[in-house]
Amino acid sequence: MANVLVNAPRTAKKGQVVEIKALIMHVMETGYRPGTNGRIIPRNIIQDFTATWNGREIFRMRMSPAIAANPFVSFSAVASESGIIAFRWSGDAGFVAEHQVAITVT
Amino acid sequence: MRSLRLAAVLLAVFTGSLALALAQGDSRHSGYQDMGPALRKMQDDDTANPAMLFVQSGEALWSQKAGAAGKSCADCHQHATVSMKGVAARYPAVAGETGEPVDLEGRINLCRTNHQQAPALATESDELLGLSAYVALQSRGQPIAPPNDVQLAALRAKGAEIFRQRQGQLNLSCANCHDDNPGKKLAGATIPQGHPTGYPIYRLEWQALGSLKRRLRNCVVGTRAEAWPFDAAEYLALESYLMERARGMAMDAPGVRP
Repeated sequence: MANVLVNAPRTAKKGQVVEIKALIMHVMETGYRPGTNGRIIPRNIIQDFTATWNGREIFRMRMSPAIAANPFVSFSAVASESGIIAFRWSGDAGFVAEHQVAITVT
Repeated sequence: MRSLRLAAVLLAVFTGSLALALAQGDSRHSGYQDMGPALRKMQDDDTANPAMLFVQSGEALWSQKAGAAGKSCADCHQHATVSMKGVAARYPAVAGETGEPVDLEGRINLCRTNHQQAPALATESDELLGLSAYVALQSRGQPIAPPNDVQLAALRAKGAEIFRQRQGQLNLSCANCHDDNPGKKLAGATIPQGHPTGYPIYRLEWQALGSLKRRLRNCVVGTRAEAWPFDAAEYLALESYLMERARGMAMDAPGVRP
């Protein structure tokens, strides 16, 4: 699986706004560039990124070929309950990467 | 007695201010200082610095057995956090086996071929960059300390010569930018002093991790000169000179650069 780096707080107060950052290794090949043989390198991008908090979707992002390699996404959410924040990236050529972190809300 | 004490105090004040003046006199700084606050923050945060993704790969490779010898890096060097501390700050150095100077990537490949009996990793491959980034990370904050070696002295002299040699259609030497005009603008970019403190770097323009060699090639092409092939001795000479030029500066690898 692709390398992933996620930065989310382990603990939060109920109702607190927390910042969640996710970085993933991916070439994000646009599909517009010719390779050394002159042929177009097929598009290979992450198309979809979603984050769920205890199964409930809290963030979704649709990615395009204009996004740079190794995309870094930062978003915020309101800490409502303790549980699991799960991340899923999916894209071309059957690419799937998943990661999850636990958070305790008091 | 009193005058002696006064003299001692004066001497202390004098040496103190001298040390301060010397510290202030060193105007060298890492390319990190030439970046804006957003990029500095990106480099400082290990979960935002994309080079750390490659470090992850390098860390995994460190304990992965390879080659006919069936050995991993960890089998000889144990924990990189201990054994590799300050190592990247000392390269290029003379390799024990061959008696020839090598850079860090070259050293890793010597270990591959000699001790692991595995094929050398390709130049600028994710594997080699990952390993060198993982090793370089262990020198973060350590002062650059090139070894005092006669062989290296000759190489550095050669590197210094290349550094000052004008070349390419633009007829520029490295020194024209990095010695004479650092801090000024080249198009939209700030010209750095050119100290190799953060290699391998994650360069946003490359959207990838790259070695000092790749950076040097980039500059050579920028002067519209023909770049030396990847295995050319010129790079090693330049790398050796640049490390000597940055002696004592703190490593900040793996760096992020625009």
